[in-house]
Amino acid sequence: MEKALFIIFAVIAVASALNILLQRNPMYSALSLIGTLVSLSALYIMLRAQFIAAIQIVVYAGAIMVLFVFVIMLLNTPREQSNVDKQKWLRALAIPFAGLLLAEASYVVWRVPARTMPPIDSSGSGIGTTYSVGTKLFTDYLLPFEVTSVLILMAIVGAMVLARRQDD
Amino acid sequence: MTDLLAWVIQISVILFVLLTSVAYLTLLERKVMSLIQLRIGPNRVGWWGLLQPAADGLKMIFKEDIVPLAANKLLYIAAPAVMLVPALMTLVVIPYGSQVTLFGRTIPLHVTQINVGVLYVLGLTSVGVYGIVLAGWSSNNKYSLMGGLRASAQMISYELALGLSIVGVVLWVGSLDLVDIVNAQRGWGGFKWNILRAPLGFFIFFIAALAETNRVPFDLPEADSELVGGYHTEYSSMKFVMFQMGEYLNLITSASMATTLFFGGWLGPAVDRYPLLGLAYFLVKVFVLILLSMWIRFTLPRFRYDQLMRFGWEVLLPLAIVNIALTATVILLIH
Amino acid sequence: MINYVPILIIFVLATLLALAIIVASRLAGRNWPSNVKLSPYECGVEPVGTGRDRQSVKFYLVAMVFLLFDIEAVFLVPWAVVFRGVFDPSSRFHSLRFVFYGEMMLFIIVLFVGLVYVYRKGILDWNR
Repeated sequence: MEKALFIIFAVIAVASALNILLQRNPMYSALSLIGTLVSLSALYIMLRAQFIAAIQIVVYAGAIMVLFVFVIMLLNTPREQSNVDKQKWLRALAIPFAGLLLAEASYVVWRVPARTMPPIDSSGSGIGTTYSVGTKLFTDYLLPFEVTSVLILMAIVGAMVLARRQDD
Repeated sequence: MTDLLAWVIQISVILFVLLTSVAYLTLLERKVMSLIQLRIGPNRVGWWGLLQPAADGLKMIFKEDIVPLAANKLLYIAAPAVMLVPALMTLVVIPYGSQVTLFGRTIPLHVTQINVGVLYVLGLTSVGVYGIVLAGWSSNNKYSLMGGLRASAQMISYELALGLSIVGVVLWVGSLDLVDIVNAQRGWGGFKWNILRAPLGFFIFFIAALAETNRVPFDLPEADSELVGGYHTEYSSMKFVMFQMGEYLNLITSASMATTLFFGGWLGPAVDRYPLLGLAYFLVKVFVLILLSMWIRFTLPRFRYDQLMRFGWEVLLPLAIVNIALTATVILLIH
Repeated sequence: MINYVPILIIFVLATLLALAIIVASRLAGRNWPSNVKLSPYECGVEPVGTGRDRQSVKFYLVAMVFLLFDIEAVFLVPWAVVFRGVFDPSSRFHSLRFVFYGEMMLFIIVLFVGLVYVYRKGILDWNR
């Protein structure tokens, strides 16, 4: 049962990820990305990471993708601009970069030793619940947490500066 | 396997009840409106107009289903479903009673109990924006696009205040599980309801929920005097009905969430002796909150868009943040 | 994780219901299309220009600011879940209770500074 569900969600995630690249209409690409994110969230739930799964929906599907869709709506480019096709050298450059990325990914896959994880029991340990995330975040990861707030403040300032009009 | 079947049956029953109540909410809204405006309202189809929703439904289903030539056909057809599905999905986590024994089986009066219930509902609320956005964009109509943009900007602005007002409750209860939140309000004859511990939180939650459900005074997305119908201008037949259903479902969801978070959910006198009373208490509380939002709808005029955005960002959001800081300080002081 | 199965069930049932409604109205309703009927609705006037004009950048800014504050709100949630428990004397973190309070107050203050900055820049002022 669980294996079947895993395969279903994994296939949906990969298929919609491919669809992001294959679609010419930016709106379809954005919607495919939402499909990927939602099925990833289902996979997180199967890994008992309930908090992360919920955050995946609230932040990624609910906030980041709204921003993407807004940009598409605001600009209203009906088709993807095919500037890339005019610049052949970009295409030539893409191949070595893709190769590099593939090499990097396969290195990581090869290096990380295959381990059998201990089975996660759904009742006891409470791993992945909001409570355990909270206790970890506010004790062991205190400094990164506070740095995050400054980081977000910087992002706010950055967004404001970028979007400011010339006459301000 | 029997569990699976029991779930399918329970969910189907709830779906049926919910859709029927949506139909009758439309009648109730028209009746309340006519009472406030000193009219009679629907009274021809059935006694007291009780068959009016059925007549409306039949009428709508036989209407011509128009897909404009300029529209993006796939997304135009999918948008009402994208609106309706998340609106229906929230109902599985809301507890509407403790448990009853039926045919020798103990049936809990909630479909499921999940650790992140509050976040699940918030997540579905934020995903619900897409139905409106897609409807506005795919119709290829100026009013629709403007309505869709306005709606989504408004919904995301008030979503922040909504989420933060719930954090105040979570601070008191220490759980995101809606069943736990109800149980934490048990005792003291109703004096442990969260409304008494977090009154400011409820105030923020209620206003933000009105804005999330696009109801007056926050109904700018469909401001009929300027945008015709807003994001659903081009929709006809049952697709239009699906948007209406989605909005009424969101109203039910926000009233149920307010009941669960602030008014003790299904708790009430003698509820442990007679579990079915819990269901009645829950329904009455939800009903009163829905009536309150209807009363507001027929009393207040509509905001202007700049007022709406300013109110959300410069009043409600800071208030929600202050509420959290205050709640934390109070908890620190009483311990 | 069995508790999450009903969510899958309701998703499937709700989607089927939505599809059924769409198909039913397609089949039951009559269908006499004409070019005028299928043109964009603009109060009976011939449609002017395109339906997809570029829109105000304000909407983009609202979405951007929303995203950033949403991330901040997400950090508040695990803290809110843990916070009351640390006042229980038997809690492992009882000695850290003032740290828990102080660090979130610091976080909220930084959040507020960001909000004040956004107001002062007048980004969310729709009249500008």
